Amino acid sequence: MSADSLSNAFLSVVRRDLLLAYRHRAELINPLAFFVMVVTMFPLAVGADVELLRRIAPGVIWVAALLASLLSMDAIFRSDFEDGSLELMVMTPHPLSVLVLAKVTAHWLLSGVPLLLVSPLLAVMFDIEGDVISVLLITLLLGTPVLSLIGAIAVALTVGLRKGGVLLAILVLPLYVPVLIFASGAVDAAASGLPVSGQLYMMSAMLFLAITLTPWPTAAALKMSLS
Amino acid sequence: MIMKFLHKFSSPPYFYSISGRLLPWLTVLFLALLAYGLYGGLVTAPADYQQGDSFRIIYVHVPAAWMSMFIYVVMAVSGAIGLIWRIKLAEIVSISSAPIGASFTLLALITGSLWGKPMWGTWWVWDARLTSELILLFLYLGVIGLYSAIEDNRTASRAVAILALVGVVNIPIIHYSVEWWSSLHQGPTVTKFAKPSIHIDMLIPLLVMAGAFKVYYAIALLLRCRNELVQREQGSRWLDEILENK
Amino acid sequence: MLFSGLDFAVNGGQVLLIEGPNGSGKTSLLRILTGLRNPDEGELVWCGTAVSELEAVFYQDVAYVGHMNGMKDDLSVEENLKFAQALAIATLGIDEALQKVGLAGYQDTPIRYLSAGQRRRLALARLLCTRKRLWILDEPFTSLDRASIRMFEDYIVAHAFEGGIVIMTSHHDTGLPEQIVQRIELQS
Repeated sequence: MSADSLSNAFLSVVRRDLLLAYRHRAELINPLAFFVMVVTMFPLAVGADVELLRRIAPGVIWVAALLASLLSMDAIFRSDFEDGSLELMVMTPHPLSVLVLAKVTAHWLLSGVPLLLVSPLLAVMFDIEGDVISVLLITLLLGTPVLSLIGAIAVALTVGLRKGGVLLAILVLPLYVPVLIFASGAVDAAASGLPVSGQLYMMSAMLFLAITLTPWPTAAALKMSLS
Repeated sequence: MIMKFLHKFSSPPYFYSISGRLLPWLTVLFLALLAYGLYGGLVTAPADYQQGDSFRIIYVHVPAAWMSMFIYVVMAVSGAIGLIWRIKLAEIVSISSAPIGASFTLLALITGSLWGKPMWGTWWVWDARLTSELILLFLYLGVIGLYSAIEDNRTASRAVAILALVGVVNIPIIHYSVEWWSSLHQGPTVTKFAKPSIHIDMLIPLLVMAGAFKVYYAIALLLRCRNELVQREQGSRWLDEILENK
Repeated sequence: MLFSGLDFAVNGGQVLLIEGPNGSGKTSLLRILTGLRNPDEGELVWCGTAVSELEAVFYQDVAYVGHMNGMKDDLSVEENLKFAQALAIATLGIDEALQKVGLAGYQDTPIRYLSAGQRRRLALARLLCTRKRLWILDEPFTSLDRASIRMFEDYIVAHAFEGGIVIMTSHHDTGLPEQIVQRIELQS
């Protein structure tokens, strides 16, 4: 078992998922549209007072990112589960955790990165200054992969269930809390001119922890769902 | 030696008979500890110089919060044992602990809320401990929800074991982040009760109540496990024998 | 409980046929043999080692065709087979495999445009282009016409003659030579 064939398998999985998404590229816009719409709901609900909006913006954008991530999470394993491809991925000599990591990588590229690209626009809608926007982007860059990694565990646990939807949210939202707290905390601090390095270090730590620790329970949960 | 003991203990008929014999003694122990703890907390412990008598609810609130954490750990550990060694009793202990843990969490939340009302006039404060307890409640509900959504008991136990292990690793992280969050937005707090050092007359009833709650957990757990065991082992010989002998 | 007291061994060059009425647990047994499902009791041994210890190494030798074909509708024939090969280790040429199952020239056709029978033949192509010693097949002949079934059976026999093992369920009477076939009957 060479590292060569393992990296080949990893890249094949990423490439395949990206190719599949590309063949349905109209659908890629859905979580993005959801993200923007949720953010838009808030000024409609709390009023257009610029001061208020500027204060709640980091939290609002991050909660919307959380929900958008949740919405797109289910797709990561469902199609493969339903047509038997997931079984084939389990029945390989390659460690399943690596293949899981590949799938999560593809998922993040398809759902996390678009959020990153659209968020400066949202920040402008809330009248946030440039340097705060860059902190927002960094938190999204560090945080959205963690959302995908942790979300994958919950999806793997519920993919075999018929009505997994709401249960998925219940399982995953408590686990998202640390990311939410530090991310919105960082952007808040930046908006007040306070240092953000502590929060960003925490987020990096969570990212590395998630990359190393989450593939194993996700793989175990997939095997459980298939049995 | 220990493996033999564990092996014997994890056999359903043995567990069933032992637990049946333990229950009356545990009940007596629980009532004794409860009486002593409540008397110590409600009567002999000195009233707090700031809060008067309303603070006495901590004798239920704090042990309940401790139990909510402790039970989650037990649930995760027994789940892991069930997952790795496929021991049915470990699976049963794990899932039976979930509703008990959730109840203690709810108790902690309610008593925390009751404490807050006379103090700050609101039924809820976003204090670090209460917020953490609330998130813990969601974690418990997730475990219970996932288990009931999966048809096959053994598969469900596997799923829940994985979830509980993920939860147990996350709980310190969640705790820490909520603490940090709470320290930013300086709000009122229901957690402080032991800043310099806690008076011995306050500490003892607290520990006794904690002990009482642990015994209660054991009782509730044994009752639930016996129930679950009977359900799962329907039709097996040892169970038929017991039911006939009744 | 579906079944108990099963105890059998299959060696290279043999085909194990699992028979029984609907609902007798044939698919479940097959899934246990692939390691996708854990038996409540009992052990699976491959080449002298317990499968539970081998884990991923076991899958170097196993190819599975279940009820579903394991193909993505939106990918072409070639893309699907290339992916299956990337997940395996030793391989045989895709074009050659496609020719053997009568799907030569279909490399760029998306799966969604293939008939059920063609997709099943594609599953066979997957077996042929990833060299695995143990084939586990659940109702492999579904949707196939008689000529295709005979072709499939020929490849099963060839695989056995090369020293491979085939474990399968089938509703149809098979034209497999009796000397290599072992049978297990599951009661309902």
